Amino acid sequence: MFKFSIITDWINNLLHEWMPGWLATTIECVAIGVGLLLAYALLALFYIYYERKVCAAFQCRLGPNRVGPFGLLQSFADMFKILIKELISLNHIDKFLFALAPYLVIIASMLAFAVLPWGNGLQIINFNIGIFFLIAVSSIGVLGILLAGWSSNNKFTLIGALRSGAQMVSYELSIGLSVLTMVAFAGTMSVPGIVEAQSNLWFIFSGHIPAIIAFIIYLIAGTAETNRGPFDLPEAESELTAGYHTEYSGIHFGFFYLAEYLNLFIVSGVAALLFFGGWMPLHIPGFDTFNHIMDYIPSVVWFIGKAIALSFIIIWFKWTFPRLRIDQLLSLEWKYLLPINLFNLVLMTLMIVYGLHF
Amino acid sequence: MANLQEKIAAKFPQATFEEADILQVNIPDAQLHDLAKTLRDDEDFAFDYLVTIVGMDWTDSLGCVYYLTSTRHSHHISIKTSTTDRDNPMLHSLADLWRIAVFYEREVYDFFGIIFIGNPDMRRLFLSIDWKGYPLRKDYDMNPELNPVSIENERQSDFTYTYVETPDGKVEKKEVPIFKEDDFVVNIGPQHPATHGVLRFRTALDAETIKKIDVYMGYIHRGVEKLCENLTYPQTLHFMDRLDYFSAHNYHHGLCLCIEKAAGIEAPRRAQVIRVMMDELSRIASHCLFIGTFCMDLGATTMLFYTLRVREQILDIMEKTCGARMTFNYDCIGGVMADLDPDFVKDVKALLAVLPDNIKEYNKVFTGNIIARNRMEGVGVLTREDAISYAVTGPSGRASNWACDVRKTDPYSIYPELDFEEVTRTEGDSMARFKVRIAEMEQSAKILEQLIDNIPEGDYCAKVPKVLKLPVGHWFQLVEGCRGAFGVYIESDGSTQPYRLKIAPPCLPLACVVDHITSGNKIADLITIGGSLDYIVPDMDR
Repeated sequence: MFKFSIITDWINNLLHEWMPGWLATTIECVAIGVGLLLAYALLALFYIYYERKVCAAFQCRLGPNRVGPFGLLQSFADMFKILIKELISLNHIDKFLFALAPYLVIIASMLAFAVLPWGNGLQIINFNIGIFFLIAVSSIGVLGILLAGWSSNNKFTLIGALRSGAQMVSYELSIGLSVLTMVAFAGTMSVPGIVEAQSNLWFIFSGHIPAIIAFIIYLIAGTAETNRGPFDLPEAESELTAGYHTEYSGIHFGFFYLAEYLNLFIVSGVAALLFFGGWMPLHIPGFDTFNHIMDYIPSVVWFIGKAIALSFIIIWFKWTFPRLRIDQLLSLEWKYLLPINLFNLVLMTLMIVYGLHF
Repeated sequence: MANLQEKIAAKFPQATFEEADILQVNIPDAQLHDLAKTLRDDEDFAFDYLVTIVGMDWTDSLGCVYYLTSTRHSHHISIKTSTTDRDNPMLHSLADLWRIAVFYEREVYDFFGIIFIGNPDMRRLFLSIDWKGYPLRKDYDMNPELNPVSIENERQSDFTYTYVETPDGKVEKKEVPIFKEDDFVVNIGPQHPATHGVLRFRTALDAETIKKIDVYMGYIHRGVEKLCENLTYPQTLHFMDRLDYFSAHNYHHGLCLCIEKAAGIEAPRRAQVIRVMMDELSRIASHCLFIGTFCMDLGATTMLFYTLRVREQILDIMEKTCGARMTFNYDCIGGVMADLDPDFVKDVKALLAVLPDNIKEYNKVFTGNIIARNRMEGVGVLTREDAISYAVTGPSGRASNWACDVRKTDPYSIYPELDFEEVTRTEGDSMARFKVRIAEMEQSAKILEQLIDNIPEGDYCAKVPKVLKLPVGHWFQLVEGCRGAFGVYIESDGSTQPYRLKIAPPCLPLACVVDHITSGNKIADLITIGGSLDYIVPDMDR
């Protein structure tokens, strides 16, 4: 398979030949930052279009179809509209925290981008606790939501933020435990390590029962983490108008909106990494010809394709299920998911110890 | 009826009787409370359902007409009481006997200025607290300078008043706070996605739990009753489709029946069949929208599009015949405005063919869903006694096992000939209210099936005098709207215009009961309960 590290190493060496080390590193950082922002924006635009089309299909509608061919330019038009909208300044709010909150939310999701396995050798940071880093940075997002709700000085946003706090803290446990289950199975926390471990067979197949349980729990908890339906209580529009971001306008609202879609991508991306081999093509032991053909599909396509397919499931949830109530949401986590998860971790450990996996 | 009269006369010698369309008892204010209590508690009377309180200004006196019904014996009675004091009119409250009387009396106070002694909450119900005058009094000054359109924020009070009679016969005014000192009060509405119109709940919360709700209505009060007093009878019809805009046909039907009863006109058979078919089509369309918006309130947005498909089909049928998709103005005095469209039979049959599959689909997508069941089952339970005491009629009342369908209890038009079941459930929760409506759609379809091949030939409208005058008297008519019993009271002085036209809407009690069934539940349950009660704000505000 084609390794992107060949290109990146070549660029790195080239820069180091022509200029001092500190300058080369600075240029690389800036280039990566720009690339990341670009990928971020394009993915968000794609996701907005994608969700609208999928939702339309569920609702017997056509979805956007006026701006550009098949409505493809619709999300560009919407994003442009949001960019030129006025940022309404409010009285009686904590101005600094109010302005800070959307950036915290978006920074959290951008940092998480850094460790995703985009392709073979295409990874921004590669260090041995990659998954740990990912969980750590994605928890920053809740701070932004809490700040947004608190600083808006509005009762609806405050209730939304409180709900969000309770929800995120609870479901982080489930995410952490199901990730831990898979990390135990992989035997490493490094992201490329986890991908390499799946070069023969994806974890969802080789880990069979415990992996499937972990996957289902991860998907439920991941949906809750992204504040999407049926777990969209923090912004439940029929109860709290728009929850924690009621008072935001213009691009500040846009940041929350973008972060929601990007979090959707990150959750699906991590699910792809942990259960479906990251960028690793579908390999079946013993079918060498098949495996070889699969290798011809570029690794980037594999990763993004898997993430989008998994996002489809989460979008499907949203447009099918009604919303849970806060007490039902919490009892689902603490009474059901958490015990199942702990049991599953034990099951996985036993399976590893006795070598009962493929 | 004579039997009732004898029994009342034996206990209350001061009472005088008047024979209108139903028995009317005239009683002085001093005996009013005793009479009402006897009528409610005595086994032979058992008048447990207060249909409405009609405030009246007879120029020489102010007063009220109470319409009562017994759910057990299904007999009716009205009580009339009055006071000649125009400057400071006071009557005794019946708020301790029927819970809905608190709100009905507030309405009378709002429009006539009659103070009810003993009512715990004597505020205006619809008009702003700064309003000058009482608009339904005959000597009300309509000069716009007295009540200009305000550009300031509406003044609002956190206090209510109650009038208490001391043992020596004096009446004292007391100020009562609505909320406690340290309550966390969230304003839900008037502009809120889940209040289904411009309705406001001032909600006292303890974290997510609701402690108390103060319903604040009147944002779309248009004074329909006052407007009707200056219009001829055919003109008054046009307001009926602007109350509950989903029951436009049913409401027109009700007012037409009341006027026809008074004028002695009988609509031809063809018109009666058409009216009933339109009523039932409206009911299906209305319940479709209910299912859609209710599911949307619960976060299941997709259901709305599924239910709107059927609703659109019905609106297409109505558009062809009535020329409108909302605010139909189709029923007129003596029949209907125009004959049916030639495609009507074909279109209704097409609708009846797809309806069962659609209902099956709604149940599959939503009703059985575990999240939906957790959100609805056991949430907002309304007992049968409370439903009657709060006068919660319609599907919401029937979900509490109160058989209150006017089509069965007081059949009108051709309903006695039709074969359909009155759907009731025993649970009284949000899920029951939801399921009753789904089952009612099936029953309406059953009625349509019986009628669609049997529309008689003939005139669609009876001959009605160009200038319609009603004889002196008063009449009351109940019909079954899509959300409950809709009542019309007409008092005529013999002219071409009603002396008083009172509308008793089903949605007012639905909004009034919200506080009772939400306390102790979560905020999210307020949305579930409000959605399942399915009130329409223009209907309660009028």
